Amino acid sequence: MADFHDYSIKIGGEAGQGINTIGDILSKSFAGQGLHLYAYQDYYSRVRGGHNFYQVRVASFPLYSFSDQLEVLIALDEASLDLHSGEMKPDGVIIYDQDMIKREEQIPNSLALPMAKLGKEHGGKSVMGNTVAAGAVWQIMGGEPDVLENTLSKLFQNKGSKITDANIKAARAGADFALDNFSGKCAFSIEKAEYTGNMVLTGNEALALGAMAAGCRFLSSYPMTPASGVMQYMARQAKLLPLAFEQAEDEIAAINMSIGAANTGLRSMVATSGSGFSLMVEGLSFAGSSETPIVIILGQRPGPATGMATRTEQGELLFSVYSGNGEFPRAIFAPVTAEDAFWTTVHAFNVAEKYQVPVFILSDQHLADSSYTVKPFDLSAVAIERGNILDAAELNQMAEYKRYQITESGISPRAFPGQSKHCVVVAGNEHKESGYSTEDPEIRNQMVDKRMRKFKTLAEEIKPPVSYGSSKPETLLLTWGSSYGACREAVDIANQESEKLQVVHLPQLWPFPTNQVLEFISQANRLVTVEMNSTGQLGRLLRSETGIQPDHAVLKYDGRPMNANYVLAPFAKGGVFPW
Amino acid sequence: MVVNAKVFDLDRENTWCPGCGNFAILEVLKSTLAEMGLSPHQVLVVSGIGQAGKMPQHFRTNTMHVLHGRTLPVATGASLATDRLKIIAVGGDGDGYAEGGNHLIHAVRRNIDVTCMVHNNMIYGLTKGQASPTSGKGAQTPTTPDGNPLAGLNPILFLLGLKASFIARSFAGDKEQLGGILEKALQKPGFAFVDILQPCPSFNKVNTFKWFQERVYDINEEGHDPGDFVEAFKLAQEWGDRIPTGIFFDDQEERPGFREALLGKKYQPLVEAELNPLDITEIMEKHS
Repeated sequence: MADFHDYSIKIGGEAGQGINTIGDILSKSFAGQGLHLYAYQDYYSRVRGGHNFYQVRVASFPLYSFSDQLEVLIALDEASLDLHSGEMKPDGVIIYDQDMIKREEQIPNSLALPMAKLGKEHGGKSVMGNTVAAGAVWQIMGGEPDVLENTLSKLFQNKGSKITDANIKAARAGADFALDNFSGKCAFSIEKAEYTGNMVLTGNEALALGAMAAGCRFLSSYPMTPASGVMQYMARQAKLLPLAFEQAEDEIAAINMSIGAANTGLRSMVATSGSGFSLMVEGLSFAGSSETPIVIILGQRPGPATGMATRTEQGELLFSVYSGNGEFPRAIFAPVTAEDAFWTTVHAFNVAEKYQVPVFILSDQHLADSSYTVKPFDLSAVAIERGNILDAAELNQMAEYKRYQITESGISPRAFPGQSKHCVVVAGNEHKESGYSTEDPEIRNQMVDKRMRKFKTLAEEIKPPVSYGSSKPETLLLTWGSSYGACREAVDIANQESEKLQVVHLPQLWPFPTNQVLEFISQANRLVTVEMNSTGQLGRLLRSETGIQPDHAVLKYDGRPMNANYVLAPFAKGGVFPW
Repeated sequence: MVVNAKVFDLDRENTWCPGCGNFAILEVLKSTLAEMGLSPHQVLVVSGIGQAGKMPQHFRTNTMHVLHGRTLPVATGASLATDRLKIIAVGGDGDGYAEGGNHLIHAVRRNIDVTCMVHNNMIYGLTKGQASPTSGKGAQTPTTPDGNPLAGLNPILFLLGLKASFIARSFAGDKEQLGGILEKALQKPGFAFVDILQPCPSFNKVNTFKWFQERVYDINEEGHDPGDFVEAFKLAQEWGDRIPTGIFFDDQEERPGFREALLGKKYQPLVEAELNPLDITEIMEKHS
């Protein structure tokens, strides 16, 4: 099923030209046509200019990654032609803005579109040229006009009927122009499928929806790409829910605000990227000591320092495992798709509260900004488990309340200030069961042991590794997070001839699922780790937890996501696949 | 209803040095809360790191003993969750003006419903006598062995510049004034700031009890109207032979507190809103 009914379309242009508008219109329309899609955004850290693109891949089956080849290119600037013409498949169609791109000779199989002119004539504004382009492409690909118009109605619903109508007229003008002026062939032909009601969700939107479904009451964060999307989404929805978003003065304040809210009883979260998280590390350690449940969305991007703001990397795995002064338990999850991001976030809040620990969700720019088609979530399946929280009646019957009561599981019953007649003492200093400071060596040992017992309890509820492909493979690809998509498609490609490849991803990286990983490794001849960083952090974690050294590592750290061809390339060198 | 101040007592060894200004501040805070009819479980003290930060270790109440400088962000989160607590942020000049300086700016901007007490002894006591942001020019400390090359920060002028809704300075040696100011600060909706001058008998040999005692005077007794913002600026610039204390500014204009500004009246207290996943049904439907 590798490339049957599997099409890719790329929209390229400068920042500010509206490639996202075209991309969003087409993405929603593909979903409206009952198709699956995966869309990826590649952009520079600038507001105007540069070269950005939005690539949508469409198929009749779920997609996890992007293709290297294009059926359609929409070029809004010269750079789009220069950079992406080589990616075109035979019969690929190029649609370009004739005001921006001047050609004496006709580009084969192309349509020169007077975007601004048609936009102004039919939609009232030259910026409507983007909708004109969407209409033209939709016509060339054979999409149903109703589906496109329905998308436009939904997209512009909040802006009023005038704007919606103008967009529909602009789209029709684009379609009419294409009908009259395009005589080539289009390799991309939309196959109609049953409308499924699928949502189009980015990773960031799914993380935010997951948090809101889980009853997150407070998000405090400082804007930072690629995590800002989570903040903006939740800020937009906050008025509909008992939810507050506060843009903190810095990441130090952000995590400490969440700590204050969590200890007063709110499910609380922060979202940030690597260098923002660096500022949060002291707060993380406080959460560890004070046993405060908080969820940290860590949207990774290339470092060190500011690195490349709008690019992708998986460089914070070991940082998230080892960050913070002192020793304390934590949990780390890594979702692989938007759907997974939703359920992972729901789970993260439960784990945070049940074990009273900080919990990480490792996302990255690739996952955060990519769109996926997702079946609407069954909200009745969202379980909210708050762990051991005493209610006011229970508390008022107790003679004494101790926030850090020593228990077999290491988990102490929680209570909140103001909830009952008892006072609650929360502390970062080493403390007695009561919460008051101590330096007593015996109590110190008891408290360290109590906290670390939670790590053992936590390890009993680990989210198991997920496998796809051969169960007794020649080669096992071990991966995590958004790199799973590329690996999964690599398995599909490699296993067309025979079942030789398997991918295993780790939804939970900490506590490390040692036993389950060893079980998978024992079934495979070769072990290859796949991840987006330069030092093979998963490989290093694997070695430190199991003593096993991977046979090979597929790594990428140029800031651009990998796909199946990249994963398979090292094995294909010299034409020999080692499996 | 007045509560017996003894309910706030906590039987724990106190490690403050004899003669420390913290003893008086603690005693006044406990009696003020009791006079206001507040019980320990109705109060939350968020304290930082330092000798001042140890205050809730000697005082029965809800406590979050947090990181150095981070009292205000933690108090911000707590104040958003519920309106059922009287929240006090306590720290020293290191907490308030060094590590936590940025948070102070934004606590004022948000107008969080918190009383902020800064125990200002112009020195770092817990870490044994290093210079603080309020140490005066020329102060000899282990980290300024040739004398502090910099002048000290003027917290009152700083807070006036931010136009905090309540700005006062008191002196640990004047329990009556301190009690009166704390009561007004605790009653003030929104952010109330009290800088409390205190001696550090162990490490600050210049700004001693006697040194303060000889200089402090009460601006309100001398006729300053706390509603007069412009006059407050003039008074705040005085520091030397005479040191002004009292309420510099008490904004008469009502401003919304942080919780109200962010949430309106709709979800108060946020901590009591039920967790229901179905709440997002409508939001999710927008994506189909």
